[in-house]
Amino acid sequence: MAEVAVSPQRNAISRLWNDKESRSVIIQIITISLVFAFLAYIIHNAVVNLQAIGKGFSYNFLWQPSSYDINQHLIEYNSRSTHFRAMLVGILNTILVAICGIVLASIVGFVLGVLRLSKNWIVNRLAYCYIEYVRNVPVLLHILLVHGLIVHAFPVPRQAISIGDLTFMTNRGIFSPKPLYEPLFLVVVVLFLLGLAFMWWFRRYAQKVQDETGQHYPVFWIGLGAIVGVPLVSFFLLGSPITWDVPELKGFNFTGGMVVRPEFIALLLALSLYTAAFIGEIVRAGILGVYYGQTEASYALGINRGRSLSLVVIPQALRIIVPPLTSQYLNLMKNSSLAVAIGYMDIVATIGGISLNQTGREMECMIIVLALYLVMSLIISMIMNWYNKRIKLVER
Amino acid sequence: MNESANKSNGNPEREIVIVIRKMHKWYGQFHVLKDINLNVERGEKIVICGPSGSGKSTLIRCINRLEEHQDGEIIVDGTELTNDLKNVELVRREVGMVFQHFNLFPHLTVLDNCTLAPIWVRKEPREEAEATAMEYLERVKIPDQANKFPGQLSGGQQQRVAIARSLCMKPRVMLFDEPTSALDPEMIKEVLDVMIELAKGGMTMLCVTHEMGFAKTVADRVIFMDEGEIIEQNKPHEFFDNPQHDRTKLFLSQILNH
Ligand SMILES: Nc1ncnc2c1ncn2[C@@H]1O[C@H](COP(=O)(O)OP(=O)(O)O)[C@@H](O)[C@H]1O
Ligand SMILES: [Mg+2]
Repeated sequence: MAEVAVSPQRNAISRLWNDKESRSVIIQIITISLVFAFLAYIIHNAVVNLQAIGKGFSYNFLWQPSSYDINQHLIEYNSRSTHFRAMLVGILNTILVAICGIVLASIVGFVLGVLRLSKNWIVNRLAYCYIEYVRNVPVLLHILLVHGLIVHAFPVPRQAISIGDLTFMTNRGIFSPKPLYEPLFLVVVVLFLLGLAFMWWFRRYAQKVQDETGQHYPVFWIGLGAIVGVPLVSFFLLGSPITWDVPELKGFNFTGGMVVRPEFIALLLALSLYTAAFIGEIVRAGILGVYYGQTEASYALGINRGRSLSLVVIPQALRIIVPPLTSQYLNLMKNSSLAVAIGYMDIVATIGGISLNQTGREMECMIIVLALYLVMSLIISMIMNWYNKRIKLVER
Repeated sequence: MNESANKSNGNPEREIVIVIRKMHKWYGQFHVLKDINLNVERGEKIVICGPSGSGKSTLIRCINRLEEHQDGEIIVDGTELTNDLKNVELVRREVGMVFQHFNLFPHLTVLDNCTLAPIWVRKEPREEAEATAMEYLERVKIPDQANKFPGQLSGGQQQRVAIARSLCMKPRVMLFDEPTSALDPEMIKEVLDVMIELAKGGMTMLCVTHEMGFAKTVADRVIFMDEGEIIEQNKPHEFFDNPQHDRTKLFLSQILNH
């Protein structure tokens, strides 16, 4: 009774503040206002300061010639290209090392995680030692170490380690023959694509047959035959319609062929082997996190070890594994910025490094670099979140 | 016909499905099962009881080799359990098991839980496997839950799905490890009813349970275990009315007066 009498006496503000829903709206409004006020303040501050030292804010420099060289470029580039093009080269190099790194780290990490759970003492200890060593040393040291190993332990081009006189391992990178395609090679490519299409269809067909008759096709081997076997045979039947541009030693270095640069190898190996150690632990935790009764129940039904892992344990482990795995992918992508230490030309080294120094456009360049990392992070997060939702368990 | 039939002099009534002879098991230094001898006839229903920690679970888990024994022999349907993985898989196909905590696969629907092993182990066509699964789900009275996930069912329903899942492999023997001890009282009956139906259908069953009512209605034989040994075994009315051993008397007085 007394309560009822008291409430109407409170003023409007206190009533709004004490209502659960309106309070949360008020808090959100205040937070957003504060964030915008802060942003407005620092942007204003930057503009004022830039004016004070006589600099404007402009991206016009992007269209000027960059006048520096980049040794690894996936698209056409030379020193007369623009800063914009240098930036694209940098982005592609970052994406290349990030994607290769994520794939390699996932494979090695998964294997490590499973080995860590092996009942074989030696295997288990080896995986343990590897993980403990690798994850307790800063990744920058790994990068420098691998780079140093390649540059100092590998021979100079004149004494290259030759693999069949075709591929050469040197301290300037791995040189291998570059394929020059003849028109007939198109047939092989078409057969390969047909093989992929066939496989896409065949997998569904095999599933259907399995559903209807219970018969299991050796899908893997048939797929291997269609995708690899048939194109390979046709390649030789057509008289090997590829000529190879074999690298040749001219003076102090190789010319011709293809080269994988030591900076790329060092960065890729260091980043992925480092991240793999963390992924290994995540995978191990994921598998251990699935209650052992699940494995026992599948054994009791006559399901064998491998199938029990792939049909019962891994699908459940993935929901434990995926969220921390996402952070590892993000870390790997961002750690690739350490490329600058060994001169791998990624975003930071191109637009955030040489371009910045040459043009003095710190603000503009750093905004580009930040924005790029942000976009790439968001893309990785989006893909992983989508995947995570797909494998989520239905609970009560 | 086959070997085990010959052993029982061609009388199909007395065909022996499980032979356990002089079996011992240790966990490290701990001697958990001591000199177990047990023959189970086709169609026989055996209830195993005994104090907690006496080795009941360990014994029935040895029968489908979720645990390894170290001495003696276990022969299931003519196949001896050794390190031979093929034999182990063979036996596991013929022996179904129901666990205390159900152990349904939470990432699969009820129907997929039931068809997983028939499709991957018995290589049945999906349609056939699904038809069989629906048949068994009907028998345990939950066909309408087929497309739900285990997390959406009650404990009693989950345990009935677990029984149906085992039955889909068309086992010749069913093992139950305290199938009702994790259930609320009002759900125990629905699971026991399913088990009684199964028993009437002629299934060979070994049940670890403390449901003495179930033992009296269904069991052909009750086995009492303590400290890793089979202390006493008898027909249910003999066992309950006229226990021979002091330890059995003590155990029965504890669970019946409670
Ligand atoms: N994996 C294990 N390692 C060591 N000891 C175990 C293990 N499993 C069970 N035990 C022990 O073996 C004994 C018998 O266990 P169990 O068969 O589960 O008994 P019950 O089912 O009769 O309660 C208990 O003393 C238990 O502590
Ligand atoms: Mg037990």
